[in-house]
Amino acid sequence: MRGAKGARGAVAAARAGLVAPEAGRRSDALHSGAWWVWALGLATAASRTTNPLLLGLLIAVAGYVVAVRRTDAPWARSYGAFVKLGLAVIAIRLGFAVFLGSPIPGTHVLFTLPEVPLPEWAKGVRIGGRVSAESLLFALYEGLKLATLLICVGAANALANPVRLLKSLPGALYEAGVAVVVAMTFAPQLIADVQRLRKARRLRGRPDRGVRGLLQVGLPVLEGALERSVALAAAMDARGYGRTAHVPVAVRRTTAALTLGGLLGVCAGTYGLLAAEGAGFGLPVLLGGLGAALGGLWLGGRRCVRTRYRPDRWAARAWLVSGSGVAVAGLMIWAASYDPVGLRPGVIPLTTPELPLWPALSVLLGLAPAFVAPRPALPAPAKDAMSSSTNDPTDDLMNDPPKETP
Amino acid sequence: MIRFESVTVTYDGVDVDVPAVRDVNLTIPEGELVLLVGPSGVGKSTLLSTVSGLVPHFTGGTLSGRVTVAGRDTRTHKPRELADVVGTVGQDPLSHFVTDTVEDELAYGMESLGLAPDVMRRRVEETLDLLGLADLRDRPIATLSGGQQQRVAIGSVLTPHPSVLVLDEPTSALDPAAAEEVLAVLQRLVHDLGTTVLMAEHRLERVVQYADQVVLLPAPGQPPVIGAPADIMAVSPVYPPVVGLGRLADWSPLPLSVRDARRRAAPLRDRLAEVRPPAPGPAPAPAAPAATASGAEVGEAAEVAEVAKASEVQGSPGVRRRFSLLGRRRRAVQVPGAGAAGRAESSPGPGPDQPLAAVAAVAALAVRRGRVPALRRVDLTVAPGETIALMGRNGAGKSTLLATLVGLLEPTAGSVHVGGAVPHRTGPRELIRRVGLVPQEPRDLLYADTVAGECAAADRDADAAPGSCRALVSELLPGIPDDTHPRDLSEGQRLTLALAVVLTARPPLLLLDEPTRGLDYAAKARLVAVLRGLAAEGHAIVLATHDVELAAELAHRVVILAEGEVVADGATADVVVSSPAFAPQVTKILAPYHWLTVTQVRTALALAGTE
Repeated sequence: MRGAKGARGAVAAARAGLVAPEAGRRSDALHSGAWWVWALGLATAASRTTNPLLLGLLIAVAGYVVAVRRTDAPWARSYGAFVKLGLAVIAIRLGFAVFLGSPIPGTHVLFTLPEVPLPEWAKGVRIGGRVSAESLLFALYEGLKLATLLICVGAANALANPVRLLKSLPGALYEAGVAVVVAMTFAPQLIADVQRLRKARRLRGRPDRGVRGLLQVGLPVLEGALERSVALAAAMDARGYGRTAHVPVAVRRTTAALTLGGLLGVCAGTYGLLAAEGAGFGLPVLLGGLGAALGGLWLGGRRCVRTRYRPDRWAARAWLVSGSGVAVAGLMIWAASYDPVGLRPGVIPLTTPELPLWPALSVLLGLAPAFVAPRPALPAPAKDAMSSSTNDPTDDLMNDPPKETP
Repeated sequence: MIRFESVTVTYDGVDVDVPAVRDVNLTIPEGELVLLVGPSGVGKSTLLSTVSGLVPHFTGGTLSGRVTVAGRDTRTHKPRELADVVGTVGQDPLSHFVTDTVEDELAYGMESLGLAPDVMRRRVEETLDLLGLADLRDRPIATLSGGQQQRVAIGSVLTPHPSVLVLDEPTSALDPAAAEEVLAVLQRLVHDLGTTVLMAEHRLERVVQYADQVVLLPAPGQPPVIGAPADIMAVSPVYPPVVGLGRLADWSPLPLSVRDARRRAAPLRDRLAEVRPPAPGPAPAPAAPAATASGAEVGEAAEVAEVAKASEVQGSPGVRRRFSLLGRRRRAVQVPGAGAAGRAESSPGPGPDQPLAAVAAVAALAVRRGRVPALRRVDLTVAPGETIALMGRNGAGKSTLLATLVGLLEPTAGSVHVGGAVPHRTGPRELIRRVGLVPQEPRDLLYADTVAGECAAADRDADAAPGSCRALVSELLPGIPDDTHPRDLSEGQRLTLALAVVLTARPPLLLLDEPTRGLDYAAKARLVAVLRGLAAEGHAIVLATHDVELAAELAHRVVILAEGEVVADGATADVVVSSPAFAPQVTKILAPYHWLTVTQVRTALALAGTE
């Protein structure tokens, strides 16, 4: 088994022409934060442009990295859901443009829907009416932008282990963080439950599709989810979750004062910065408040007795991965001020968007993780080879793949 | 180490006169492996949860008396404050995991306790070696097999070095080999680290020989009996086959392990040498070639009926009293027919010389789940009236095969025919008349909030006459009121209710996935009687199970799967005897003779005595 796996691994490495370590092995794992920085960098870049070609390139870059670098872990399966969500966003945006009209005046009328007459007070709202090519194109660009943002977030979700990210949180926020992560894993489990119970409906002789089927399994699914949550809470409690150290009353009060005061300071400072007349005191108050809040968090961490087991290290690969994301974002922001037309192709008059050369090249920088990030292990093929070795090995190696994947 | 002082636990909302646990006085010394035994519903889990403080801090309820663990009173210490002295693993390891990879899970408890990073690292490495998990350290927990998950769960509570380990049914969901692994680990902990282990387990045949002391909760509300394993087993209402054989042969002290029993079994073996073991139950009707069980000889009518009768007696007197109603009815069904062979001849359809049409035929079946091939080139034919046990380690493809037979999964290659239909292309309403599956978690089949509602729905689903499901329930499960919520039933009752729901459509082929998980011996004996009756009526039964004793008791034929392939297929006696992992205890004790169950031996001895 080990021989087969090793051989395949070596072949894969040779084919890729690079020596990235295997993902999943903890000592070489990439810091989860690096993936998030990379993905947010791509998302920032996407928010600066409406050029469909550039957006498509961004989606392709994110998709390619996910395809070659995601593992078999359960959280890695969320990417597909985000892609579907992105498509839904585009569809909804187009739907709005068609039925509710659009502020974009257009001359190329594609078709006219019957318009719903609305009373005088609802002036400015329009239902139905003319649908122009310009308004549709504008909606498509905007929708595509949102979809790209979602897909970037989905890529981070699929590539980074959410629990590992928790370890980078300050101690005082850890417990809240656990609650968030547990809630995040709750949704996929709920979906798995629904699928299982809908299958079970088949065993009762009821159709396993349709809305009614979904409604009927709703209650058992929720009951099951609730039970599981209670069991998990019991297990966590029995394993010491929520143990606190004894903290002197003075420290506790200082923590509360610092946190509250700091947050107030942040609010006041932000207001000062945004309002016209408070620009003078805004920045110092904001910084002071921020400092106080951070101090409160740090002091609050003293109540927490937790230690961290092997937190991810921010190593050279993490710098490269996060750096590529930051570079894409930075170059795109710079390009947006340098070449605004290329990044925001006009819809009036209708023009064919062109691919601006330099921004496109800078987006390609985002591909760096596909080469430097740890590559995923290849468990499934290795397992195939292992388990079929009881038979005639040559026969299996020759026949298995084509026969079993129609 | 653990001290119970007149502990009584009452749950709110339940009748106050019926506490879950009453008046337990008990001291468990340090470094002992103590086994908690008793029928279902006597409060074993409740008693275990008082040790970790989850009762009453987490579950509610009222605890009177006092539980102290390592000198800490659980009334004043919350579970999290006991986390460094007590490690708890519940029945379902999956609900225990907080993180998602093996290594993080092992470290989680220590992180909560605030141990230093270098200590954590050292202990994780030690525990990985101790439990043989080193190769799995980076694997997501969701991708592990049941035995591996159970070991990770145990490891995750071991790393903080608790002095007490509390385990609720640690081996029930595991295949025999994985159970051995887990028990070997527990042995090592007790011997090498001096850990005190308190565990509840239904599968006594696996654990009783490892126990230093046994605590028996004989019935709900009765005080516990404590003593050496052999002494307790002599009076316990629940006992493994080895003890059953020992009681039958009047061995004293009672043997607890196969090894002890073999040493004493020489005279018994000599007595049994001349007698041929009878078939385990009514043998199947003459069937298609693949199904002809070469070894399952059709016994003489009298002998078969005798076996069927004797099977009801297995278990304690108390068990028998409780279920005698059903037993009598079953006997009434079985004796006149004297096995399915006679029945098949009298029934309309193909004559006795002609092979009966198979209920299910699987040919060169391959199924992939995701990228992993779950089944490869499986051939199987099921004849009417035949009971087949599908065995093999966790993840060998047993459940996949069952799911394919009911059309939940589509074959990647090969063909499946059930009652002449292709399952995954047949509509659900049509299919339930041909095949029924009771899934691993019977609760998945139950939606209504009363038993009556469930039965009415089942009648509608199956287009059966109103009341047919309820009649089945009353027959299989007497004394269940109409307005009981399925959730309030015990594990065994829920299984039986799901079985009744599935049987309402009268499918000729019945599939059960791990039916004895969580059942005590009484519930198991009941299930055996029910299934045997169904087989005698001509139902073909396929059960996927890890329970070798159940297979020995019930199956005409055993099919062993490994890596998605059939590696053994033959009469129970032939397959099981030749495999050390799947041999029941009686077989091991009486080898080289092919005896499978205590019942067989008892019947044979009784016959020999009368001659």
